[in-house]
This record gives sequence, structure tokens and C-alpha cells, in this order.
Amino acid sequence: MTLAEKILATHSGKASVSPGDFLSVKTDLVLSNDITAPMAIKEFDRLGVPGVFDPKKIVMVPDHFCPNKDIQSAEQAKMMREFARKHGLVYFEVGEMGIEHVILPEKGLVLPGEVVVGADSHTCTYGALGAFATGMGSTDIAIAMATGEIWMKVPSTIKFIFHGKPGQWVGGKDLILYLIGDIGVDGALYSAMEFHGEAISALGMDGRFTMSNMAIEAGGKAGLFHVDAKTRSYLKGRTTRKYTEYRSDPDAAYARVIEYDASKIEPQVAFPHLPSNTRPLSQVGDIAIDQVVIGSCTNGRIDDLRLAAGILKGRKVDRHLRCIILPGSQQVYLDALKEGLIEIFIRAGAAVSTPTCGPCLGGHMGILAAGEKCVSTTNRNFVGRMGHIKSEIYLANPAVAATSAVLGRIANPQEVV
Amino acid sequence: MPLQGKAFKYGANVDTDAIIPARYLNLHLPEDLAKHCMEDLDAGFINQVKPGDIIVADTNFGCGSSREHAPVAIQASGISCVIAKSFARIFFRNAINIGLPLLECEDAVDNINPGDMVEVDLAAGRVTNLSGPKTFTSKPYPDFMLQIVKAGGLVEHTKKKLSGAK
Ligand code: SF4
Repeated sequence: MTLAEKILATHSGKASVSPGDFLSVKTDLVLSNDITAPMAIKEFDRLGVPGVFDPKKIVMVPDHFCPNKDIQSAEQAKMMREFARKHGLVYFEVGEMGIEHVILPEKGLVLPGEVVVGADSHTCTYGALGAFATGMGSTDIAIAMATGEIWMKVPSTIKFIFHGKPGQWVGGKDLILYLIGDIGVDGALYSAMEFHGEAISALGMDGRFTMSNMAIEAGGKAGLFHVDAKTRSYLKGRTTRKYTEYRSDPDAAYARVIEYDASKIEPQVAFPHLPSNTRPLSQVGDIAIDQVVIGSCTNGRIDDLRLAAGILKGRKVDRHLRCIILPGSQQVYLDALKEGLIEIFIRAGAAVSTPTCGPCLGGHMGILAAGEKCVSTTNRNFVGRMGHIKSEIYLANPAVAATSAVLGRIANPQEVV
Repeated sequence: MPLQGKAFKYGANVDTDAIIPARYLNLHLPEDLAKHCMEDLDAGFINQVKPGDIIVADTNFGCGSSREHAPVAIQASGISCVIAKSFARIFFRNAINIGLPLLECEDAVDNINPGDMVEVDLAAGRVTNLSGPKTFTSKPYPDFMLQIVKAGGLVEHTKKKLSGAK
């Protein structure tokens, strides 16, 4: 069996499972946020059960439109907060919050071998820890909150091997954008993705979170890494709970095996309006931009901010654009503060925001007007995702985004460093 | 009873931001969401759609976010069924869970034009283009999902299971 199949088998009391099997799977953690929880709570109430299956295993995070951007989002956040308090759920108030997919691993709430379901498509981020984590809708989450179980179809697994050593400005973001550019936005539809190879072992945890995060942008159900020394050291001090490390069998059956030479992959830019619309940085051409966003559950972690600060240190953001930096969590914010990164950003002329999803989904804190172009470290560049339907989003890694902020056009870090 | 209505036709990779833009996610009542259904992709949709009408789309319909607001908005707009070559995974389960029927049928998509009258027989998995006329057979629902759809959605299905267990 593959890693995904093993985790699903143990969580459904089966000795073995195969792709296509329908299972009732036990969940270790159930997640929702300020835009998906209200709908889940309504469905939960319709079920008429006395309470949730286990309050310690249910997390609600106000992050999309929080701190509340308007009255309607305040009402939704209130509905979630009151439900969380009433049932004694794990809940992070503004002030201790951050983007759900940044804070859950950070606080040791997700461990290898676990099953996590979340009413957010980027729940797949936790695959970086060797967990089977997948996004669902609000009704699914209501059922999971009530029963601790959820129906799932066992996905087939696609194995991706990244050979070789990536170049200096190539990170997890570039590997995953390259992959999506290759297989398309539905290239891994209904499948689990498994990442292997020299370039993958060399990636730090933050780069791995970035890759798992964007599994959904290839249509994937999950994006999984095997546990190694880096995973174990990341988990140290974050949890006292025990966990199991599963590994794919040497003879596991894969739907496909796809291999890449990472040493030949350049930094990637995804052009409007699909994450699969990628080009190597050298072939981007001269594209003037109006805004740069650095943050999100894709690239809002400390390694990402370090990369951006490395470029912005002692330099200035181009006077014709806005550069907005959103640390992914209060912890990331604090770490960045201690390391002096926040001062670097502010002196460079960037705006630094409290953690929130904000502009990533066109919520607040950096909405685009008609005709504006934005380089963003987020994960989606659909029409209208960040604002006006006539605005454009170019997805890139944090170093490319920071360089673009300095030069006012999409640019290669080599030009300034 | 078969579903019947006019076809609204769209291309590949219709994402959830196109179905219901994120700026309206501070709403959660179906009737409020319906007012903005397909707004950024087809501004005329919501004024033209009539109860029973059918969306016909290419591959990967509903890709992007997990927002259940997307199938809810479609359902509340009056659409009775979505036919596509393939669906994004989360959209697919969300639609089944709320009782919005979906059919995967390549032939039907290739042979239905915008505005055609289309009839869908879910139980038989049959799509008929009344303006054609031509009949297509879709992949049948897996048993497991048929149970959920028959119960009227996952909540009702689970309610039944829970009361049976007591
Ligand atoms: S940062 Fe963006 S992609 Fe991540 S959870 Fe928030 S809205 Fe979704």
C-alpha cells in the first residue's frame, strides 16, 4: 500500500484498502474557519445531536475576513465564536490567531499518520507532516464534528520524484508550480500526490508546507511527504502526543510515476488566470506591476519572510507600487520581529499587516482595481480572486515577489543580489 | 420525475471564485448567495435562469476552494442539475452532500448547445437533448452516493444512520 492507503486503512479498521474503496474514516482533527463554519454550524444543528464527538479534536480559526472587515463578517465570526465557546472547542481569538494552515502545524495540532479534514481546500497543507489531510465542504465538516467519522473514497496515488539539486532561487513554490504547469489544474484529480527525491529531502519544512498546500491546485486530494529527520525535529517541543510514521511499501501500486530534474527548473511564475499557466522566470518579459503581496498559507512562514527580507534589506520598494507583507501567524510575526525582518520591511517601504488571509481571496487589506497587476506568493490567480475581474495575479516565490517590489516589474533576484 | 430546462453552457475549469466570488462569502443564506451566482463569468446568468435549468460545462467544473457556498448558490438559483465532463473533487462531494445532482457525461457536453432544452433522468443516468434530439448515457452513481442523494443529502442520510444505531 501507499502512504495514503495505509493511513486510511488504519483509520477505518481495515487491514488493507485499494483505490476506489468507499470507507468510513475516523478523523483526528476537524477544522473550519470564519467563512465555512457558519454553514457547518447550521447543518450541525439540523442533525439534532446533543454535542460534538470530541471538543479537543475540533478547531475553528477566524482568519479569512478577520479581524472583521465589515458587519456581515463580524456576524459570521460571532456565530463561530459562540459555537466554539458553547462546545469548548479549540479556538484562536484575534491576537493569538493566524492563517489556519500556518498555526495548526505550528501549535503541534497535526501529527504524522493522522487524518485531518477541514472545511478549507488548503487543508492538504498538513501532508508535509506525513498526515492524510484533505479539504471538504461545510456539510461534511458538520457530520465529522458530530460523529468523528466521514465518508471517503480511497484515492489512487501519483508518485512525483524530483531528482537533483535545485538552483539558488528555486524553492518549494517553484517545484510545485512547475509540476502544476506540467500536469495541469486537474492533472491529479481525485488522486493523492506523493513527493520524493533528492530535491524533496533537501527542502526545509516551510518549503514542504508550500508544496503540500498547492496539491489542490493540481486537483489533488492530498499531497504527502514521508517523515524524516527534519519532520521529527520540527515536531520536537510542539507536542507530547505519540504518533506513527507510515511509509509506502516498496512494491506499492502507483497510478503514475512522474520524474523531474530539479536542477533544470528555474523560478516559476504562474500567469493569469490559472496556477498551471506557468513560465520560467527568464521568459516572463517586461511586466510592470502595481502591487506585491507576500504572505498566505502558501508562503507566509518564517523562511519565506527571511527570503523576502534578504532582498529588501537596504533597498526600497518602487515608488509606483504597494508592497504588503502578511506574516502567517502571530508566532511568525514575533520571530520576524526578533530577527529584525519587520524593521527591514518597514524601512524598505512595505506595509506589514497583522496575520490574516486578507488579499489572498480578495477579502480585504489589498484589493485590486480594474487593470491592476499583482505579483503574489499566494496559491490562486483565478479571475477576480484578489479584486476586480479585470485585475491580474502572477504567482511567484517570495524572493521573486520581493525583487519585483524593488524593481517595479516581475524580476529575477539575480538582478539585485 | 425527469429534470428539464434550458442549457447554460460554460468551458473548462470553472472555478468556485467564478461561481460565487469570495467577496460575497460574508453571506451564507442560499437566497443571498444565489443573487451573485456566476456573476464574474456570466453577468446575465442570474436574470435569465429559470427553475429547472441546467448547467453544461467542460472538464474540472468547480475547481478551487472548498466553499459549499458554490453548489448552494447554484441550487438556490434554480438550476436543477449540472452536467460536465468532470468535476473537481470537493465540489463534487459538496453538491452530493446538499442534494444537487451532478452528471459526468462527455458526449452530452459535446452535443448540447447553449439554449438547448435538455432533459435528465437521474435514476436511469440518461441525458436527452430535446432540441437535438439525441440521448446520452452518463456514468451511473456509485451505490454509496445514490444512498446519500436518495436520502436528500448527507445530513438526512446521517440522521437516519444515527437513529438506526440507537
Ligand atoms: S491564505 Fe488564502 S488560500 Fe490560504 S486559507 Fe487563507 S484564503 Fe485560503
